[in-house]
Amino acid sequence: MRGKAWLGTLLSYFYLAACYVFILLPVAMLILFSFQDGRLPVPPFNGPTLRWYETAMANDRMMAALGHSLMVGVVSSALSVVIGFLAAYGISRYEFRGRRAIQGLIILPLAVCYLLVGMGLLVALSAVGLGPSLGIVIVGHVVINMPLAFAICLAQLGEHQRKIEWAARDLGASTWHVLTAVTMPMIAPALIAAFCLCFTLSWDEFIIAFLTTRFDVTLPVVIWSLLRGGLNPQTNAVGSFIFICSILLFVTVEVLLFRKRRP
Amino acid sequence: MAQSVDVQSTEARAARRGRLAGFAFTLPAVAWILLFFAAPIVIMAVYSLMPLAPDGSLSSFSLQNYQRFFGEAAYVQAIWNSVVTTAVVVVISLILAYPFAYIIAYKIPKRWQRLALAFAILPFWTSYVVRSYAWLLVLAPTGVINWALRALHLSDKPIILAYNAGATTLGFVHFFIMLNALTIYANLVQINPRYVLAAQDLGASAFRSFLAVTLPLSVPGMAVGAFLTVVLCIGDFITPQILGGMKELLLPQVIMMQLQRQLDLPMASAMSLVLTLIVAIVYLALQRQLRMSRL
Repeated sequence: MRGKAWLGTLLSYFYLAACYVFILLPVAMLILFSFQDGRLPVPPFNGPTLRWYETAMANDRMMAALGHSLMVGVVSSALSVVIGFLAAYGISRYEFRGRRAIQGLIILPLAVCYLLVGMGLLVALSAVGLGPSLGIVIVGHVVINMPLAFAICLAQLGEHQRKIEWAARDLGASTWHVLTAVTMPMIAPALIAAFCLCFTLSWDEFIIAFLTTRFDVTLPVVIWSLLRGGLNPQTNAVGSFIFICSILLFVTVEVLLFRKRRP
Repeated sequence: MAQSVDVQSTEARAARRGRLAGFAFTLPAVAWILLFFAAPIVIMAVYSLMPLAPDGSLSSFSLQNYQRFFGEAAYVQAIWNSVVTTAVVVVISLILAYPFAYIIAYKIPKRWQRLALAFAILPFWTSYVVRSYAWLLVLAPTGVINWALRALHLSDKPIILAYNAGATTLGFVHFFIMLNALTIYANLVQINPRYVLAAQDLGASAFRSFLAVTLPLSVPGMAVGAFLTVVLCIGDFITPQILGGMKELLLPQVIMMQLQRQLDLPMASAMSLVLTLIVAIVYLALQRQLRMSRL
């Protein structure tokens, strides 16, 4: 009987290890061969070099796209958090007709493919006779990220916070004052976490950016055009660089959420 | 008397003001969704009913695009490929992710669980476009697996692993194992362990108590994972385009071809709407479980 339990545990750990190998293998190869001293990112591995990172840094199109992606990410995430927070505040603090319907409408984009959002914007642009631009990418990213920011804020605006808001109101604070001096500082970790999540999703989003840009493009679109040239260590370098940046952002969110959870 | 009327009207006024304020707070969000999400989809629907004439102009209203879509074998094949690929990916991801999430939730010490999960979703943090590319490094004829096989003298000719439907499925499963492991884990840790203990007190074996208690209680987590998998998988253009090698096209690839090669916006609109309809059907089928989940 005891022997069987021991075998079960061994099998569990074996399965876990196999899953981790499967999940981590491509990323490990991506990072390893970003240091490849050769023209192909495939085995055998020839000594480490930073040459492909330099190539990527010297690529003007890539650097311009990096700037565009940062701009689109920051602007669209800020808009998403502000609009999403205001809506969550309205939904959680006031009773009004159509509240449920409005809530359903706001989270609706979470249940459709990004392809539909991108196609919709593309068709609408052509209908009103406008050309593609980074501004449209921002609009599209707010459509997909604002519902998420809304849901995160709504989950944080509980009864406990409502009572503190009432206290502030009793002491004579105006609605605006309560919002900026009480509610927002109270759920600041959630607002920052929502911003970071929106940013990672915007930073990584391909199809909407691909459909609604032409000359000024974002990073995923440039990487995509790089991929058409086949296997290239420069792509590995860019991918690894993005990986490191995202991990840093993720750790920031973790620290913020952890600090909030501690009593 | 006069006073009570006054109080009532003050209250009514306050309530009305509350209604207006609540509505005002949601207004930017509602306007954004209506203007940039709902209206474009309505325009798409109108466009899809106006087929592109040979001279590049839009014709009058007809269902011709939809008739062509469901009438041409290549298009129907793309719908079929998409539906089958998505179904296979959902099933394999759930089957592989469930034990993975289960072991992390029940066999790993509590303090290591967050770290175990963080490692399980590590590839999520590389660029989405790069993730499929990273599989090429592994699967390509000159890639890691073929190199290893050659080094071990197991095969002297490269085995074709990339650029086919199997590679697309593998790329998808890789991503959705992570996603489903997260939703299932989040569900498993919410289950009260006393339910399992009660079942075992009543004489159920470990396996029986799993089948009768844990598994049914984790259905909502699986439903959320499955639904997210369907939405993200069926609308994905990148993974099949990089790993699939242009054989057995999926629906998003056909849509992009309509856009880029045929410049047929109305047809691409019709196809996108059909894609959305498929997702909506899946949502309706899973609705009950999705509502039950508290994720």
